[in-house]
Amino acid sequence: MTNRPRSAAVGSLSKLLALVLALALVAAACGDDTTVPITAEAQAASDAIDAAENGDEPEEAMEDEAIADEDAMEDEAMEDEDAMEDEEAMEDSADVRIVSMSPTATEMLFAIGAGDYVVAADNNSNFPADAPTNADLTNFPVNVEGIISFEPTLVVTSSPIEGLAAVGIEELVLPFAATFDDAYTQIEQLGAATGQIGEAAELVSEMQSNIAAIVEGTDTPDTALTYYHELDDTLFSSTSSTFVGQVYALFGLENVADAADPDGESFGFPQLNAEFLVTADPDLIFLADTVCCGQTAETVAARPGWDALAAVTNGNIIELNDDVASRWGPRLVDYVQAISDAIATANVPVAN
Amino acid sequence: MNARPASIRVSWIVGGVAFVLGSIALALVIGPTPIDRSGVLIESFDAALPGSFDSGLTDQQQSIVANLRLPRVVLGLLVGASLSISGATFQGVFRNPLADPYLLGVAAGGGLGATIAFVYGLGDGQGWFDLVQVFAFAGALSAVFLAWVMGNAASAGVTELGGDRQSSATSLILAGVAVASFFTAIQSFLQQRNTEDIRQVYTWLLGGLTTSGWTEVILLLPIATICVALLLPSGRMLDVLAVGDDEATMLGMSVNRVRLALVVIASLLTASAVAVSGLIAFVGLIIPHTVRLVFGSSYRIIVPMSVIVGAGFLTLSDLVARTALSPSELPIGVVTAFFGAPFFVVILRTAVSR
Repeated sequence: MTNRPRSAAVGSLSKLLALVLALALVAAACGDDTTVPITAEAQAASDAIDAAENGDEPEEAMEDEAIADEDAMEDEAMEDEDAMEDEEAMEDSADVRIVSMSPTATEMLFAIGAGDYVVAADNNSNFPADAPTNADLTNFPVNVEGIISFEPTLVVTSSPIEGLAAVGIEELVLPFAATFDDAYTQIEQLGAATGQIGEAAELVSEMQSNIAAIVEGTDTPDTALTYYHELDDTLFSSTSSTFVGQVYALFGLENVADAADPDGESFGFPQLNAEFLVTADPDLIFLADTVCCGQTAETVAARPGWDALAAVTNGNIIELNDDVASRWGPRLVDYVQAISDAIATANVPVAN
Repeated sequence: MNARPASIRVSWIVGGVAFVLGSIALALVIGPTPIDRSGVLIESFDAALPGSFDSGLTDQQQSIVANLRLPRVVLGLLVGASLSISGATFQGVFRNPLADPYLLGVAAGGGLGATIAFVYGLGDGQGWFDLVQVFAFAGALSAVFLAWVMGNAASAGVTELGGDRQSSATSLILAGVAVASFFTAIQSFLQQRNTEDIRQVYTWLLGGLTTSGWTEVILLLPIATICVALLLPSGRMLDVLAVGDDEATMLGMSVNRVRLALVVIASLLTASAVAVSGLIAFVGLIIPHTVRLVFGSSYRIIVPMSVIVGAGFLTLSDLVARTALSPSELPIGVVTAFFGAPFFVVILRTAVSR
């Protein structure tokens, strides 16, 4: 009974093989979203084609490969100049080739008119639409040689990447912003690195004045409204000590998650207890998990025990874009505007 | 050890049930929101039993007890009991003290299934048969199935070559390890390609009852009831298996048939628990051992007592998870290991010195 005939064993093995193959197919299919070529050569070629189609000067593609040689003839003078100033790439911004490993930095670069210098952006750089996002450029883990294959002169990243310095590639580390000033400084740093100093300064002052105008123009109620900022459907949230917490603080909103971190010194991203949230009964609920977790006002209202929440019954659930509500780039203004709109339209019972 | 009884004593069951009832009461009256204690208990009866009792609580407090606290306690009992009895079964079936319910790849398969659902945005965590649960359940079972097919194919080959028949259990364990590694590889790959979903995946992998409601209870209850009922009388068979495959065969047992049946039931039970609560670590390994050390090494004792002790232990662990850092949640796996491991060492020491 324990002796299985060989045919049965072989049958089992072939079934197993079929399963393994099926799984391999699934895995392969998952990699299919890689529409952007990974190698520098392919990238250069596609850049050249893009540039030719757009009638632009195919600057980035020039220095790479023979593929671009024919086009290069047309811009011979410019090419020579580039070659001579190779060592001083930073001064001549036409020679800057940036790999952006930070979605926020990608947004900033495009907003200051340095988007053309970005030869590749990491897998999460999904904005703006024309960012050269590459599904194979990941931060976890990071493939240093993969980055180098794009022949960047500058790599922008939110955490240091070991190994770039060894091959002489400049690195600009722009960590998670803790304050608005951090965000503005990072934009200016990118401006300096790409020769777009004026544009960067302009963007910063525009953002500052827009945000000030939005805050100024928002009628906040006398009694501070309370809010809950949701990061995912297991009730992870951000306290006031985080960057997004400061955005809400512009309007004097009170964060219910602060109870999880009273001294404002610990982690900042607590997973809240459902019972606590129901008791805290925030006036406003901001969903920063509409994309990741498909949450909507309806799904929140359908959660067990949440139907009686003031924000649910009063319709004060605000669906935000996950990215807008977590990055500290140019779309920060949109985020501030969304909060302002939420306060303006908030249905909060008076004298209660 | 010879002086220890081979069968369960009524007093243990009575004591165990008292422990579980105490755990339930504690878990109900203590929570992040202070609510009148007798009110909570009355409200719980009101929610769980037919008939109407006036608890004197506000509408909001009633909702908290009935919709948040009570289902979480009930689910803790069910998951704790399920993982513990499955762990006891696996340890017996494989005669391996390191066996736990995740031995044959249930955890890796469930993790892969859940990750696929998260990455492709299939589940919104709401309503009946959320696709995260469905995928986790399917993934968990397919991993076990794969391990079983592979392990049997391997051991059949070994036997034909004149190898030791004892190796069939070992083959199965090794196949489980291989399948788990393979599934984990794909899971990690998917997770790494989709870092925007990493928090969801990670939270699920840690396991927990944080957002559980009656939906999860109602999904798990029928399967858990049937599987536990089927596994409860298996102690005798596991005691026979404990002497070895050949000896068990000589005693008239269809070793492979029994092993297959028990593994299928225990895996079904584990997969169901994993689908609604994620990968809660440690419980399925440590509860059967604790029971063995405290009460006796016969599976006629271990299997039923694991159900009782496991149910109470997970309920208490979840109580700590939701109150220790209130209003923050602590991952329940942290609690089960942090309190369970030292407790287990103490039991081990006293048992050895006895």
